[in-house]
Amino acid sequence: MPWDRNQMAARAAQELEDGMYVNLGIGIPTLVANYVGDKDITLQSENGMLGMGPFPFEGEEDADLINAGKQTITELSRTSYFDSATSFAMIRGGKIAAAVLGAMEVDEEGDLANWMIPGVLVKGMGGAMDLVAGVGRVIVVMDHTNKHGKSKLLKKCTLPLTGKKVVNRIITNLGVLDVVDGGLKIVELAEGVTEDEIRGATEANIVN
Amino acid sequence: MKKIYANATEALDGVLTDGMMIAAGGFGLCGIPELLLEAIKESGAQDLTFASNNAGVDDFGIGILLQTKQVKKMISSYVGENAEFMRQYLAGELELEFNPQGTLAERMRAGGAGIPGFYTKTGVGTVIAEGKEHKDFNGETYIMEEGIFADLAIVKAWKADDTGNLIFRKTARNFNVPAATCGKICIAEVEEIVPRGSLDPDAIHLPGIYVHRIIQGEHEKRIEQRTTRKKEEA
Repeated sequence: MPWDRNQMAARAAQELEDGMYVNLGIGIPTLVANYVGDKDITLQSENGMLGMGPFPFEGEEDADLINAGKQTITELSRTSYFDSATSFAMIRGGKIAAAVLGAMEVDEEGDLANWMIPGVLVKGMGGAMDLVAGVGRVIVVMDHTNKHGKSKLLKKCTLPLTGKKVVNRIITNLGVLDVVDGGLKIVELAEGVTEDEIRGATEANIVN
Repeated sequence: MKKIYANATEALDGVLTDGMMIAAGGFGLCGIPELLLEAIKESGAQDLTFASNNAGVDDFGIGILLQTKQVKKMISSYVGENAEFMRQYLAGELELEFNPQGTLAERMRAGGAGIPGFYTKTGVGTVIAEGKEHKDFNGETYIMEEGIFADLAIVKAWKADDTGNLIFRKTARNFNVPAATCGKICIAEVEEIVPRGSLDPDAIHLPGIYVHRIIQGEHEKRIEQRTTRKKEEA
């Protein structure tokens, strides 16, 4: 059985180490916070906060306290606030150890496309380009194929890029792959998924 | 010099002109200068360019100026929450310059700090880099981005003293600090104006040197995505 959303998030959480400052993107990456367990992880929200807490209890929402997805959240005892220029200074300056992001396409060179479908989806890149250019490690969590069954792990991205040669590791519903010289390397298979299956679902070159 | 004005309309008097570039603070609907935006709408000022991370929603924030077609151009990182924006943009009625969020924040910060350009790795190899100067430092490629020098900055803070020292609250600080610094004139709307001496000088987020006019008013502070969790049963 391929992994579901929560299993992908749980697998991504294993990538995070004690003491890390981490930025989680919108969608499945947000779920990663549920699986960090006892590890001492500080979550950054790029609108100006370190130490992001869970959603507030009903009736305790604060319009002045939101995450980068514009959702109401809470603060923790470790929380600090800062302005947007400072927030991206720490991102661009390499202070954030890792970002976990979603993707529309990734290719065998580590190029990432996750912000625009020309003529269809023109919302903007938000902070994604800054994150992939600046953080220590970029972990992508995504479905291996699109709804038509075509691979989203490509030889070359077809959509406008978010960053070039920026992805380090890809966690899909079928397994875990690293971007290495010459292509992608399978490092783990989801339980019950065979190597032939993951190869069959991958357009990108897979190296041994 | 007296910085306190009675309301947003008076604070904009003699400052707001057609065709000007305005840097606005806020992230989503959090910490936006909602009273000044409403007053700009009432003024009827035309052909405005806004440097603002987002464009509000259809009926709040910069969205209200899109409804009245007062905006010529937006410089933003994300405009996904605004249907009227999309309609005008796809119809060619509105210019749009996408900036990566950190690049936009740094362009404002740089403009406010007298720095006309800087190099960044953000966007190298993407459409954002097209037509921009590329330069290598220590074997890595960077692109040059320009500082933003706005004619006017409009921001929202929590508290001000009468000299313009500002304190923001939680994540409502966001773009308000860099936006405030890059305007020739900065108008701040706040929830409370307190007498000088009552704010801790060590706790000031933005010194009053950057703030020229201040107004106090009632803020709606709309929440865009109300997300909550259930209290565990005791």
